Amino acid sequence: MEILYLLVPLSVVLVFFIIGGVWWAIHSGQFDDIEKEGDRILKE
Amino acid sequence: MAFSSSQATTFNDKVVRQFAIMTVVWGVVGMLVGVIVASQLAWPELNLGISFLSFGRLRPLHTNAVIFAFGGCALFATSYYCVQRTCQVRLISDKLAAFTFWGWQLIILLAAVTLPLGYTTGKEYAELEWPIDILITLVWVAYAIVFFGTIGIRKVKHIYVANWFFGAMILAVALLHLGNSAEMPASLMKSYSAYAGVQDAMVQWWYGHNAVGFFLTAGFLGMVYYFIPKQAGRPVYSYRLSVVHFWALIFTYMWAGPHHLHYTALPDWTQSIGMVFSLILLAPSWGGMINGIMTLSGAWHKLRDDPILRFLIVSLSFYGMSTFEGPMMSIKTVNALSHYTDWTVGHVHSGALGWVGMVTMGSMYYLIPRLFGRTQMFSVKAIEIHFYMATIGIVLYIAALWIAGVMQGLMWRSMNADGTLTYTFVESVKASYPFYVLRVVGGLLYLTGMIIMLWNTIKTAVAGRSVNVTIPTAVAHA
Repeated sequence: MEILYLLVPLSVVLVFFIIGGVWWAIHSGQFDDIEKEGDRILKE
Repeated sequence: MAFSSSQATTFNDKVVRQFAIMTVVWGVVGMLVGVIVASQLAWPELNLGISFLSFGRLRPLHTNAVIFAFGGCALFATSYYCVQRTCQVRLISDKLAAFTFWGWQLIILLAAVTLPLGYTTGKEYAELEWPIDILITLVWVAYAIVFFGTIGIRKVKHIYVANWFFGAMILAVALLHLGNSAEMPASLMKSYSAYAGVQDAMVQWWYGHNAVGFFLTAGFLGMVYYFIPKQAGRPVYSYRLSVVHFWALIFTYMWAGPHHLHYTALPDWTQSIGMVFSLILLAPSWGGMINGIMTLSGAWHKLRDDPILRFLIVSLSFYGMSTFEGPMMSIKTVNALSHYTDWTVGHVHSGALGWVGMVTMGSMYYLIPRLFGRTQMFSVKAIEIHFYMATIGIVLYIAALWIAGVMQGLMWRSMNADGTLTYTFVESVKASYPFYVLRVVGGLLYLTGMIIMLWNTIKTAVAGRSVNVTIPTAVAHA
């Protein structure tokens, strides 16, 4: 079970990356005016 | 042929075209091998006493061909097409994109040679030996650079939801490949896994289930979110839902692997985690199904006349069915009956033929004419015939294996009053025979439909011409 000493910290790091990704998405405006985005691909 | 991407005014559809054609070609090849191995199970004489044509050698050729050759080329074609059009920019590097195409075809060819020759790691869906694993890594890194690089130079601020699904697929597959294919080479075509025993089994099925969850699900949901709205002429039903179920799906899938190892030497607590997360997984999966099907809200009448839409919507029905069946089979007591039976094979194929196959067919039928400057395939009637053959084939296949599988499970556990087993194993094999024949029939129908698609694709390509599509400048400068 010693592998858990590697796997758990690695998973925590991965979770930070995921949280980072979600934070970036929200703050860079990815989800502003979300209902319009679905229509956009139909207009091109 | 190489345009500098900063001055490019056309999309790179050449690589899309190449991958799209090969999708159809490898589909026929992979499904043909499938019909061959199904026939060998019903009539073992078809092993012909030749080692490289025997079931054990051909089965992994079938799985690799349909998943990575057919499915893989479909993912490359649709992700390259979708990312360019939703980002309103040409692929960041024509050279790297071309490398991914030729590299991927080389990997497929190497698989077609090495697997029948018996070179295998013995790891399901990761059978290819270490030199090919290195090539896969190189091609996949190039793919990631092209895909994410193109998003990086996008002209549209918002990253359309389909690209999140494609992107998650690319990243997850990289992680899975590196994790599960960690191996020590012993000779040119032989390596030993970095893991052993039940730990190796756990890594293998973490990989195996996420190959299904990311390669065969997340990636193809990317297709759903682009091609269903385009074909139906309606926006995604709930964009909000697409974002929410995306994060829920990619988080939950990672934990489902242990459901392949119920009642094995894997620790109980690990099995329980796999079971619980597999059950939770039903929700985000159905979120995707509902979102895709409800996109037709206000446009249901189009299903009457449009076989492409039928492929896409029916694929989601099979997706919903399979993502209900899967969690049920992940329950330990259910699994005690289903494990090692043909019910598992039936479940795999309902997902593979019903969901993955049909969404690929629908997407390709949309894509291929447009890649040849046309609005429709050469024959819409042939699409309709294909749809019916595929659907009937799938239903025959899975019904046959449901019956066989449950029968096998019941026969194996049947005990007499004195505690002895009622049946010998070989009796269950004999009883499975009619269902194996029925499965061959279902598979033959499905393959025939695919051959019709190949014919239709060739006629469309010959009647059309490859066009260079200009990137709309009005949006390009937004």
